[in-house]
This record gives sequence, C-alpha cells and structure tokens, in this order.
Amino acid sequence: MSEDTLRDKLLELKGLAEKSNVDVSRELAALELKLHLPPIPAPENEAWRRVELARHPERPTTLQYAELIFDDFLELHGDRNFGDDPAMVGGIALLNGLPVTFFGTQKGQNMKDNLKRNFGMAHPEGYRKALRLARQAAKFGRPILTFIDTPGAYPGVSGEDRGISQAIAVNMKEFSVLPVPIIATILGEGGSGGAIGIGVADIVLMMENAYYSVITPEGCASILLRDSGKARQAAALLKLTPRDLLRFRVVDRIVSEPQVGAHKDRAGAAAALKADILASLAVLSRRSVESLLAQRHQKFLSLGVFHEEEARRKGLLERLRDFF
Amino acid sequence: MSNSKGIQGWIRDLIEHPVQKKRDERSFIDQKNSCPSCHRPLGAHELEAALYTCPHCQHHFRLTAWERIRFTADEGVFQELSADIETANPLEFPDYEQKLSAAALKTGVKEAVVSGLCKVDGQEVVLAVMDFRFIGGSMGSVVGEKIMRAMLVGAEKRLPVIIFTASGGARMQEGILSLMQMAKTAVATQALEKSRCPYFVILTDPTTAGVLASFAMLGDVTLAEPGALMRFAGARVVAGTIREKVPENFPLSQYHYERGFIDLMVPRTELKKTLGFLLKTHLAPQGGRT
Repeated sequence: MSEDTLRDKLLELKGLAEKSNVDVSRELAALELKLHLPPIPAPENEAWRRVELARHPERPTTLQYAELIFDDFLELHGDRNFGDDPAMVGGIALLNGLPVTFFGTQKGQNMKDNLKRNFGMAHPEGYRKALRLARQAAKFGRPILTFIDTPGAYPGVSGEDRGISQAIAVNMKEFSVLPVPIIATILGEGGSGGAIGIGVADIVLMMENAYYSVITPEGCASILLRDSGKARQAAALLKLTPRDLLRFRVVDRIVSEPQVGAHKDRAGAAAALKADILASLAVLSRRSVESLLAQRHQKFLSLGVFHEEEARRKGLLERLRDFF
Repeated sequence: MSNSKGIQGWIRDLIEHPVQKKRDERSFIDQKNSCPSCHRPLGAHELEAALYTCPHCQHHFRLTAWERIRFTADEGVFQELSADIETANPLEFPDYEQKLSAAALKTGVKEAVVSGLCKVDGQEVVLAVMDFRFIGGSMGSVVGEKIMRAMLVGAEKRLPVIIFTASGGARMQEGILSLMQMAKTAVATQALEKSRCPYFVILTDPTTAGVLASFAMLGDVTLAEPGALMRFAGARVVAGTIREKVPENFPLSQYHYERGFIDLMVPRTELKKTLGFLLKTHLAPQGGRT
C-alpha cells in the first residue's frame, strides 16, 4: 500500500471512529507512528482533517454534483463582457422537475483539467458570469443554487487588471436583493473572498468535510505565525470547521457525508446534499418575496460578535427593516 | 513617488534606511528634515500646511483618522457614532486582546474606524475614516458594524455618506466573522440605494483585500489619492498561492484608474473642493427625477 492510500485509510478510519463514537485514538496513534507522520495534538487534528478532506483530489466537483443532483442540466457560458471563465461554471437545471439556476467554482478532475479550471480560482469574468446567471434567474423566477469549492479568487495580476475586488463587491451587493430563493453550499474549500463572492444566500449549507475561512491556513500561518509550515496550527486557530461556523451562525446546516467521505461515495454525498437542498427550498418557497429579502438582509447585517448593551443592539436591528 | 526619487535617492535609501517602513515616514522628516521619497528639504511645518503631502514630489503621507477628520470636516461639531461598541475575541485567538490594547494605546483610537456626523462644505454628512495604524486598519466585527451603521444612519437621516478607506483587509484574528463583514457592509449599501443617499468613497494608502473587495468598491463616486496601494491579495498570499512574484508596492491607485475602476485621482490638497462639488451636485433639486 502506498503512503497515500494509507493516509486515506487513516482519514477514513478517523471518520468512522467519530461517527460511531468508538475511541480508537491509541490505534490511530500507533498507525500514525508507523507512517512516520508527526503526531498531532487533538484540537488541531480536527480542523486540519477537515482541510485535508476538503482538498482531497477525489472529492466531487460542482459539475459532478450537478450530474448527480439534477434530472438534467444545460451549461451556459460567458459574462458578455470579457470571456468565459472555466473556473466558474453555471447554467439551468431541473431539480425533481423544478427549473433552477445553478453556478459554482469548478476545480479540475486531473492535472490537465485543473490547468484549464485554474485550480478553481475564478477571475472577475467568472464572478460576472455568476451575476449574469443570477439576474436571469430572478427574471424567470428560478431559485438559485450556488456551489463553493475554491482556494480563493485568482490573486494574480490578470485578476487585478479586470477588477476582481469590484466584481466580488458587486456580487455581494446585488445578490442581497435578488427576489428569488438562494441556497449556497460550501462543497469543499470555502476560500475567503472567492467564496463570499457567490456566498450571499438565504440558507448556507456546508458539507461535513469542508472548511470556510477568511484566509487559507497557510496564508494565516505565514502572516501571523511567520511560518507557512504551521498551517495545521493556523487551521485550528481560525475556527473554520462546519461546527464552528454553525456556532457563529455563518452556516445554517451541515450536510452529513457518507461515513467513508464524499471522496469515496460521491453518489451518497450528492443524495444527502440533494435532500438538504430540497428541504431548504421547501422552507424558502413559503416566504413572500418581501420576507425572503428582509430575512436575508437581517441574516447578513447581524453577523459579527462584539460587546454592546443588548437592548441597544436589538433596537437597531429592529429598525433595520425600514431601511431596505 | 518612486519615479521622481532618482537614483541618488534610491542609493541613499539603501544605505541609510534599508528597511524604511511607511509608518516611519513621518518620523523620518522629524529626524532628517527631508522628504523620505524625494529627499528634498522638507520641514514639519511646511508638511502640515500641505496636509501631509510633499510640496516637491506630491508624495502623500498616511494620516491618522482624526487628522483626516480635521482636514475634511468643517470646523465645529463632530458627533461621533457607535463609539461604545467594543471589540470581542470570539475565536479566542491567542494574544488578540493584548494586540488590541497595544493598538489602542499607540493610536488613541479604540478601533480601526472612526465615524460620526459633521459638516463638509456646509452640508451635513455621515463621515467614516479608517485608521491604518490600528492593526493595519483591518476589518473585524466592530469595523464592519460601524461601517454598516454609518450607512444606516445616512439612510435614516437622508444624508450623504463619505468613507475614507485605509486597510490591510479582513482581520485574521476574527476569522470567518471578518469575512462576513465584507458581505455585511456590501449588503448595507443597498440601504443607500433605496433612500437615494449619495455614497462617496475616497481610497487612500493602502486599501487592500477584504475592504477593497467590499464597501470600498461600491461608491456612487470613487475617488483615490495618488500613490495609494490597492490590491486584492497581499504579496505573501500571491507567492504562496500561485507562485507569482508581485512587487511589494503594486498596483497603485493610478493603475486601477487607468483600468476604469476609479472615477478620479484627487490630490489631498484638492480633496475638500472636489467633495464640496460632489455634495452640491448630488443634493440640489434633481431636474431629471420624476
């Protein structure tokens, strides 16, 4: 068995152990020793494991989920301004007979595909394509499903040239007033601005083995800990696991993956996600457009943690609805 | 600016100040009586008279939030808003509290933005000014909340909102909650759309990452000071992600202006006049409005 397969087995075992509440930490420690993996202290383990699984090369991509979740779909291309970004895919689909619009960041399925998909790092035209499709969905009353799996928006000069900052900012602003239900799902990597650029939604779902963070663990390690090798430690500090995010009300629901993980059972993961999307849509379809938008605004305007007299804050939040 | 510095300036820089940081620029003047950018003689008095720009090379020095308010607001009352909300440590990030108190002690401000009601050119406005000295002007929950409230107060009182940005981006110590402030401030601009309140942004050195990619890029009119660093990702992040080498001081506001993302480059000494014109043109009876 190669080291990679062993590693996979190990991750799988950890998942199983957690699910069935069996304490196998001693057996795992012995295995890790055998593999010459550096022993990891417990809290760091959890965060880093999610990061590793979120980046697993066998993890299903946006288009693979689309194949598995939709009855049928048609991919649509281009931002009508600059070009078509293969790192952001999208189109129209049928979900149990219901027309929906979907888009999401797309990683490659092998090296060659990854070069085409820019490793899932979208350019401004990708974000503008997403906005174009979102407006089209609003015109025709289709719910919007967004899928997030990106290390981040493309940070190089070509992104700057075409206004990556402006593209992301405009999307957040405009998504907040689209008069149709929006459900965002963090499939794997929820990388910073690249994620929130298609992440303003009524309900935010997150796969069990995914992370969502303001910066990659490596970036945080190199900037704050002055050592990019301390990514494991940074991952734990950043509180980027689904459970942390649920606690901060950044995500609304964790989608359970099959015990072996989405990378080993794509159909199982897609079925679980489909069920949660359908349940979320059922909740949202009962809201009037007015209350849909009011609740979406409230959701994002109330995010954040600070100290203030509670009564004051409440009063302010109640006044919010008059402003929109 | 670098191209007016000349080869001698560069050499002097290397010999005397191999790691001259921007934050030390103003103490440089105190010690050397010359501009750290063009190295021509420059005294403290002369500098202040030019609103902390070099009269020779137009180099724009960074300002504190209160200096900016003093240079922008009319004389009289500045009624501070949201001054009583305090930063928490929701992630229990190590050393964050110490970092906050050290920053407060050093800067005299409680967070990286100061907001309030005041008059500019005789017109009442909501003004918010970021302070880069406070943990790199980074945006955590409190900065996001104060920016959002500044916009909501503008919407409620039907006042123009003016924001000066200066920030390294989202604050890492508050993790995902900092990322959410990008969405929060961007969503809040919709309140200004609905109430038809003018929203003016002035990009100052530096405005990057999470702040640039949210409320900073959403003004009705976007101005920038010359020589302001503006980029989506820091050099270290770029190098770590795509192994592309990006110069430390790239790209500047001029670069984005040339690509159409900024309405106007405005030297600091002209800024108040420009803001006055914008306020007048946005508040006079609108002939085209039905």
